[in-house]
Amino acid sequence: MAYNEKVIDHYENPRNVGTLDKSDENVGTGLVGAPACGDVMRLQIRVNDEGIIEDAKFKTFGCGSAIASSSLVTEWVKGKSVVFAEGLKNQAIVEELSLPPVKVHCSVLAEDAIKAAVADWRNKKAAVRKANERETTSPELREQTS
Amino acid sequence: MKLPVYMDYNATTPLDPRVLEAMEPYLKDRFGNAASRSHAFGWVAEEAVETARAQLASLVGATPAEIIWTSGATEANNLALKGVAHMYGMTDADKLLLDAIAGGHRDGSIADAQSKVPARLGLVDLDQIAEKGAFELFKDRGDHIITVATEHKAVLDAAKRLEKEGFRVTYLPVKKNGLIDLDVLEAAITPKTILVSVMFANNEIGVLQPIAEIGALCRQHHVLFHTDAVQAVGKVPVDVNAMQIDLMSISAHKMYGPKGIGALFVRRRKPRVRLEALIDGGGHERGMRSGTLNVPGIVGFGAAAAACADGMKDEIARLTALRTRFWERLKRDLDEIHLNGDAEQRLPGNLNISFAYVEGEAMMMAIKDVAVSSGSACTSASLEPSYVLRALGVGDDLAHSSIRFGLGRFTTQEEVDFVADLVISRVKKLREMSPLYEMAKEGIDLNSIEWAAH
Repeated sequence: MAYNEKVIDHYENPRNVGTLDKSDENVGTGLVGAPACGDVMRLQIRVNDEGIIEDAKFKTFGCGSAIASSSLVTEWVKGKSVVFAEGLKNQAIVEELSLPPVKVHCSVLAEDAIKAAVADWRNKKAAVRKANERETTSPELREQTS
Repeated sequence: MKLPVYMDYNATTPLDPRVLEAMEPYLKDRFGNAASRSHAFGWVAEEAVETARAQLASLVGATPAEIIWTSGATEANNLALKGVAHMYGMTDADKLLLDAIAGGHRDGSIADAQSKVPARLGLVDLDQIAEKGAFELFKDRGDHIITVATEHKAVLDAAKRLEKEGFRVTYLPVKKNGLIDLDVLEAAITPKTILVSVMFANNEIGVLQPIAEIGALCRQHHVLFHTDAVQAVGKVPVDVNAMQIDLMSISAHKMYGPKGIGALFVRRRKPRVRLEALIDGGGHERGMRSGTLNVPGIVGFGAAAAACADGMKDEIARLTALRTRFWERLKRDLDEIHLNGDAEQRLPGNLNISFAYVEGEAMMMAIKDVAVSSGSACTSASLEPSYVLRALGVGDDLAHSSIRFGLGRFTTQEEVDFVADLVISRVKKLREMSPLYEMAKEGIDLNSIEWAAH
C-alpha cells in the first residue's frame, strides 16, 4: 500500500515525541489501544492555569498512520485550549492525512487519546480541588464526618 | 548494491536467467499446442513438455508420469484434497442418502431409484444397500482428513470446503517451535482417515516438518499422505520415495521459475493414487487436469528444477551462513527480539523475527528500501495478526511485531549487512517512539495493564 505524503512526513519527522512528567498535576495522560490489536497511543498534555495546552507529547506503538495521527494531534492541540482539544474529531485527521478506510481506526484512536488525556487532566484538577477543600474544612467537621 | 533490496523470497522469486533463456523460444516460434499430434509444431511442444516433466521429476525422485501440471500450487492443493476426498471418501450424509434411496427402491415408493443416486458416489447396488445398509456396506469408505493449523490457506480452505460437504477434518496443533507432534498425529488417525496433509516447509516461519517420519506413519496406517512442498522443493532435498510421499504440490515461481505454473506429484505405484478431476475437458494429464498445457511455463518450470538441482548443497550452505550472519548481527545490537519457529529445522533462507514493542507495518515503512512481509495485519480488514504465529502460541502483540525476511539465490552478503544495519537503527528509533518499550524499561508488566481492545 502506498502512503500519503503527509503520513510519510509525520512518520519520518514525528513532531513532539516524548514523555511529560505523569505526576505533575498539570499533566494529563491518555493511554489508549492495546498491544494485541497492534496499536497503543500515549498522548500527554501540560495545561496552564488558563486552560491552554502549553506542551503536548506522544509515544505510539502502531503502524505509520497511527504514528502520523498522534503526531498530527500533538501539533494541532499545542497552544490551544483544552475545550478545543476535547472537541477534536477523528474525521479531521482522516481528511488531513487522507487516510484510507482501513486506517480510519488510527484516527479514532488519536481522538480517543486526546480526549483521555484531557479527562485525566480534569480528574487530576478535580482531585486537587477536593483535597484543597478538605484542607480548608474545620478539624471538628472532619472528625464528625470521619 | 541496487535498491530496493528484495528479501521476500518466500512470497515469490525472480526468474533465473537460465529459465528465461529456456522459455524464450516457446514464447516465440515454438508456440505449438502440446496436444496437437498431427504436425511438427505440436511434436516440438510435446517434447519440451516431456523434457520438463523429467527435469522436475528428477529433482524430487519421482517418475515423469507422476507429475501432473497445474496452474499453480493452489490448484495442486485443491486437486489433492478434493480429488482424494471425492475418489476415496464417502460422508455419513452420503450413506444416509443411499439408505433412503435404497429404502424407496425396495418398497417401490421411489420410481427409477437408481437414477436418484448422485453420480459422484459411483455405481451402487441398491438391493444390496437395502439389505445390509450403506453404513455396513461402505464401512471401509472414510470421511476423515487430517491437516495442520499452520497450513497455507489453499489447503485450509479446501479442507473447509470439504467439511461443508460433510467430511470431517482434524486440524492438528503445532508445538511452540511450529512443528507437529508425531504422537498427536498418530493419535488423530482413525480407520476413517483417508488423507493426511502436512506442509513440507511453512511459508511464514520456514519450519520444516518431519516429512519422512510422517510419511512412514501414514504408510504404516494405510493413509494417503499429501504435502504442500511449495517452499521446500528446490531449496532442500526432497525425495518422494525416501519420504513416502503420495501426493505433493509444487510451484514454479517459488523456485526461480515463472508464475502461473505448478504441479502435483501423484504416486503411480505402491500405492497407485487415483483422483477425481476438478476440471473437466479434453482429458489432458491422464484425465486428472484438463486444459491446454502452458508450454512456456512448463519449460521454464523444468529449467528452474534443473537449476535448483545444480549446486543445491552449496546454496544451502551459503544461505544458512548468510541467515546466521544476519540473525547474529541483530541479536548483538538489539534486545527483546524473538525468532519465530524452530531455529534448526527451517529453510536455509527464512527468518521470521518479532521485534518486541515495534509494530510490523511501521517497521516495514521504516525500512522501505527493503522488500519484506509482516505478520501484522494492520492493513487487512480483520486487523487480526498471522494465524500461523497464533498457532505457535506467539502473543498477538508479538505477532503484530513480526517481520519475515526471505533470503534467496540472488541475495548477497552486502545486502544482508545493509539490511541488518538498517533494521537495527530503525528498531531503535521506533522503540524511542514506543510507549510500550518505555513502560517495559520502567519495569511495568504490560500484561498487568487492562488494555481496552478496540
